[in-house]
Amino acid sequence: MRSKPVRMRKVALAGNPNVGKSTLFNALTGLRQHTGNWPGKTVGLAQGRARRGKTEYLFTDLPGTYTLDGASEDERIAGEFLKDGDSDCVVAVCDASCLERSLILTLQVLSRCRRVVVCVNLMDEAERQGLRLDLKALEKALGAPVVATSANRGRGLEALLAQIDRVCDGPERPLGHWEDPVSAAEAVCAACQTRDSAPEGWRLTLDRVLVSRRHGVPILLALLFVIVWLTVWGANYPSELLGRLFDWGYDRLTGILAWAPWWLRGVLVDGLYATSARVISVMLPPMAIFFPLFTVLEDVGYLPRMAFLLDGCMAKCGGCGKQALTLAMGLGCNAVGVTGCRIIDSPRERLAAILTNAMVPCNGRFPTLILLGSLFFPGLGAPFLVAGCVMLGVLVAMAVSGALTGTVLKNQESTFIMELPPFRRPRIGQILIRSLLDRTLFVAGRALTVAAPAGVVLWILANTRLLSLAVGLLDPLGRLLGMDGAILLAFCLALPANELTVPVLLMALTGGGSLQSVAGLGGELLLSAGWTWQTALCVMVFTLFHWPCSTTLMTIYQETRSIGKTAAAFILPTAVGGVLCIMLRLLLG
Amino acid sequence: METSLDRLRPGCRAVIMKVNTAPALTRRLRDFGLVPGTAVHCRYKSPWGDVTALYLRGAVLALRTKDLRRIRVRCE
Repeated sequence: MRSKPVRMRKVALAGNPNVGKSTLFNALTGLRQHTGNWPGKTVGLAQGRARRGKTEYLFTDLPGTYTLDGASEDERIAGEFLKDGDSDCVVAVCDASCLERSLILTLQVLSRCRRVVVCVNLMDEAERQGLRLDLKALEKALGAPVVATSANRGRGLEALLAQIDRVCDGPERPLGHWEDPVSAAEAVCAACQTRDSAPEGWRLTLDRVLVSRRHGVPILLALLFVIVWLTVWGANYPSELLGRLFDWGYDRLTGILAWAPWWLRGVLVDGLYATSARVISVMLPPMAIFFPLFTVLEDVGYLPRMAFLLDGCMAKCGGCGKQALTLAMGLGCNAVGVTGCRIIDSPRERLAAILTNAMVPCNGRFPTLILLGSLFFPGLGAPFLVAGCVMLGVLVAMAVSGALTGTVLKNQESTFIMELPPFRRPRIGQILIRSLLDRTLFVAGRALTVAAPAGVVLWILANTRLLSLAVGLLDPLGRLLGMDGAILLAFCLALPANELTVPVLLMALTGGGSLQSVAGLGGELLLSAGWTWQTALCVMVFTLFHWPCSTTLMTIYQETRSIGKTAAAFILPTAVGGVLCIMLRLLLG
Repeated sequence: METSLDRLRPGCRAVIMKVNTAPALTRRLRDFGLVPGTAVHCRYKSPWGDVTALYLRGAVLALRTKDLRRIRVRCE
């Protein structure tokens, strides 16, 4: 049993974006706040606890900001939090490899808060770049204690906690005053930091190639294709393996429950078990491959370069390069992408980005695309088609943003300022663990919590003939869209979570009866239901463009505080999907 | 030689003389440390030249080239 903590210290972490605040926060609290090498990752307030002896620390990870009285949402949040003085101590986190710029904000913090520890993070990165820092001189110039850390290696954390204790217990420091923080930061940095050697050249060369006129866009497209191809190709084998495992489990469960009445067996095995098994075998393998690959790009620092490359196109559509970042976040989860739109300064561009975010396939829809692609377009067709779907989603999102900002949301044009962080070597081991355990299993777990009860409800619906009734009702509309009633119903019932689309579809097609193979994912079943490759194409397009899941809709409401805008987020992609499907049906006959 | 920042070619250095942008942008640039007297280094431009990456105060900043037109610099 752990004794009750005697002291509680509230500590806020403030600093520029991308100085490793989240890494420091995770290292201190043992929590797993998602980290990545690009500015604007943390948009909300994250809190976590750490315990040393009888002291408990409550850390608040503020969103990264460049100023304390900024205009954008995340800067406002950070500024207000520090103004309210809701912390016993503020840790101003600096980037040692970019000290001068970090100090501008640090000086602002020092002139507003009395109990401050300055934490110079990323010391290892600075050393690699040949930068040497005189901590004593920095402490003297700032009039506040300075601690050097390398949070990603766990260096300097205990010293930081000790310094926080000293500052909390010691006398209040008089507020600092600097007439002009920018020139003051320049002077302080010049006095404390020296450069031993020239910075590594490979970063600059890599940067020049990745964003160059000739190679930039081809490399971007190639990266997208390779990631999708690896995901599609690699997911086959584990999918098969999982399928066999679940089939075996299906037989065993049926055997174990042989004594039970048919309806109980049906609810538990054909409903709960089969639906959960299908969700897992459809979702888990692609996500376990996609997330680590995507995390590597994130960790290296490629995503801001992508925004840099795409800002030109985005600006022509009345958007902003940062929308490329929020769309990339949407690939993971649209709700996260919608929240991420806070990094966009201009209100109208932010709204356009929020309304169109669900047009990139999230991890709930990605596997459906991959499944249909590999069933109906085997070989190289599948990855091309799936990568094409992602690109189509991005293009339509941009076109719709452009149409919106050109008409309904007309307003002043905005600006685009973004920091391009240095490339960092990816931490492969950490990436594997983080993305597999934290993201993949977390996402699968969340899908399961929806899938298990949904399986029960679905089975009951199917066996009371309600499901086939609804299928019949929706059939004319489904046919109009190049699909059928069962597919449309699957999309409707998958509103709580897009992962449910395929299981609901299979349930509707079998009428709740048992399947030959639980996780064989029903290629033959779809064919016998009259599917053609045209049907599959229409379903893929509608998977890409239909209403966002309920979680995303709720997030959109939270972000916009408007039922009308939430409704627009529901209607816009649905309308796009409807029109595209009808066009496809007419074109392909 | 004096010119506007959007004309600074990749690989060239300059010192900021005057920032004549819209007030909101000027404030934003100030947050990043781009004020008169700042030494900048043009790193590279995007494929269509519409975004410019500038190195200043130890960090690389991406800005729209057209926003740089109203910033006067002295080239080295």
